[in-house]
Amino acid sequence: MPVEHDLDPTGPAPASESPPGSSSGEGSSLLTRLLPILTFVVTPVVIVVLLIVLATLAGSIEIDTVSGKFLQMFIAVALFVVVVGGILLMTSRMRSRSGELVQTAAFVLPAVLLICLGLLYPAINNIYQSFFDRRGDEFVGWDNYREVFTDEALLLVLRNTALWVALVPVLSTLIGLVYAVLVDRSPFEKFAKALIFLPMAISLVGASIIWKFVYDYRATENDQIGLANQVLKSLGFDTYRFLLTEPWNNLFLIVIMVWVQAGFAMTILSASIKAIPDDIVEAARLDGVGGLKMFRYITVPSIRPSLIVVLTTISITTLKVFDIVRTTTGGNYDTSVLAYEYYVQSFRSFDQGLGAALATLIFVLVLPIVIYNIRQMRKLEAR
Amino acid sequence: MTTTNPPAGVVTGAIAKESAASTAKKALTNPWASLAAVVIAVLWTVPTAGLLISSFRPENEVKGSGWWTGLGGPYTLENYREVLTGGSSAEFGTYVINSIVITLPSVLIPITLATLAAYAFAWMRFPGRNLLFIGVFALQIVPIQITMIPLLSAYVKPPFNLISLAGGEAPGGGFYTIWLSHSIFALPLAIYLLHNFMREIPGELIESARVDGAGHVQIFSRIMLPLMMPAIAAFGIFQFLWVWNDLLVALVFGGGSLDISPVTVRLAELSGTRGADWHLLSAGAFVSLVVPLIVFLSLQRYFVRGLLAGSVKG
Repeated sequence: MPVEHDLDPTGPAPASESPPGSSSGEGSSLLTRLLPILTFVVTPVVIVVLLIVLATLAGSIEIDTVSGKFLQMFIAVALFVVVVGGILLMTSRMRSRSGELVQTAAFVLPAVLLICLGLLYPAINNIYQSFFDRRGDEFVGWDNYREVFTDEALLLVLRNTALWVALVPVLSTLIGLVYAVLVDRSPFEKFAKALIFLPMAISLVGASIIWKFVYDYRATENDQIGLANQVLKSLGFDTYRFLLTEPWNNLFLIVIMVWVQAGFAMTILSASIKAIPDDIVEAARLDGVGGLKMFRYITVPSIRPSLIVVLTTISITTLKVFDIVRTTTGGNYDTSVLAYEYYVQSFRSFDQGLGAALATLIFVLVLPIVIYNIRQMRKLEAR
Repeated sequence: MTTTNPPAGVVTGAIAKESAASTAKKALTNPWASLAAVVIAVLWTVPTAGLLISSFRPENEVKGSGWWTGLGGPYTLENYREVLTGGSSAEFGTYVINSIVITLPSVLIPITLATLAAYAFAWMRFPGRNLLFIGVFALQIVPIQITMIPLLSAYVKPPFNLISLAGGEAPGGGFYTIWLSHSIFALPLAIYLLHNFMREIPGELIESARVDGAGHVQIFSRIMLPLMMPAIAAFGIFQFLWVWNDLLVALVFGGGSLDISPVTVRLAELSGTRGADWHLLSAGAFVSLVVPLIVFLSLQRYFVRGLLAGSVKG
């Protein structure tokens, strides 16, 4: 429970008592009495001076050299430290009830203000913009949304997105679950898990390049450098344009995302499997349940909440992913998805209205999944 | 939820108790099941291994024959030299530095702000606290895409005629927009995660410190911060990977300016313009992968903990 804060409403008196852990002896009592005054008068002045100096530096240092870049970085961090540290320093000695409120504001407001300015306002503004034309001048009502659901190219984008959201979560979770069960308590469990887990550290751009190399196409009679086509050739098939052949190329892009996400599924599900109480398993075993039935009737139902969290989390991630499509095909050959189309419309075609509508659509699609996800997480935590 | 196995004494004490998983595994432990595990492990490893091997092979070999034929060598560091120092317009060195410059503040700033806010939401009492926390929590669901156009125009034309943060004339060449954006986007999840951890710290600890006359700032810095280090590390590594591997934020707010683009942008561009130069692409990919891989492997423990605490990032 939160602590009552009106423990010492008597103003600055307790400040002269040494706080726990501080090493101030008796000789420093004058200093501790002077300190509040000093902090209130001197600190703001120092902070303002520092800020002006730093801001001037930030404005004047060019970033065309390595040292310039690092200098800018240090200035940015220093600006941040001066602002936040200064606020904390100035409010740290306040003990009265109103002082408590100021202190609270110092803790909460920086984050909350940034969130309001950088997330809340832009989100609302974006939804508003989605009802305007491509330059954001003229109100067009639902036209942008109508275009999303009638334009042939955009319908294809919706189809692809549906394919991604249907396949990626299911496949990643299935592979993650099976693998987690298979390697559970095996002697090399840690190593085996690390293998599947590693792609999570790789950027989606990197993962796309890794797989683009696997998919690399050469005519059948030539030497292959792509592994997938080498396998096809060894089996006596013709080589295949994995990334260009519509509509199957979508599946091969989806493989990349599954490859990245399976590690996430495996980690969560593995932890969840290990948390199944032994007595449940024991009881089932005494009842003669074993093998696949154990998996079907004990393991899976016991980890059901985690399964749902994993499925929904991956769905959300999948809806927002654009790196893979951009790096592999650039959205050509009928492979574009919602998040990529948003990027193209907003920052390449400069169709602000349509871009905003697509972003809003992502939001609307994500919304129910997230709400469901959060409710499941709550259940998990309550257990 | 716990990832640790039960202590050995418990296991040996109980007579051959079997977990649901191991019983289920038995059913799956026929040759086919083992085969499935091996196939998955191979599928998840070989693509990366293939690219890694290729990055050390000479250009004409990479382009002429499969990497599986070149396992015996010859090997060379030429690709890395060309990619890092730019024998032919590749030059990843600059972009790696950009990535570092982008990542450090983008991790430090949101963690600090979020730890402060999480402390307030967990241990300070103020009107509207729960409502505000729910609001912050709910904003996790906002996909970053929906904020980008308005945010970008706010950077270019800020209200009250403040200095424009975007574009070539901007201070820091536009780095500030990237730092700010990453920090903002990280906040809701960070506050939520750290708040969860913070609530687990016993309230008596804070109460007794307050009775002893410690203020919130002292409690925060002397008691909370040390106790919160694992949680902060968990989120820190999460945010590090997110920022280092990000492409969208860098593309949109970096405005395509090569002065401030991270290595992911360069890699994506290389893939688009020189998609057949596998000797450069493979080496470039590994230059971009090596830092997150090191961070990830050395701090995996914390990362898993962060994941298990329910991390969904928008």
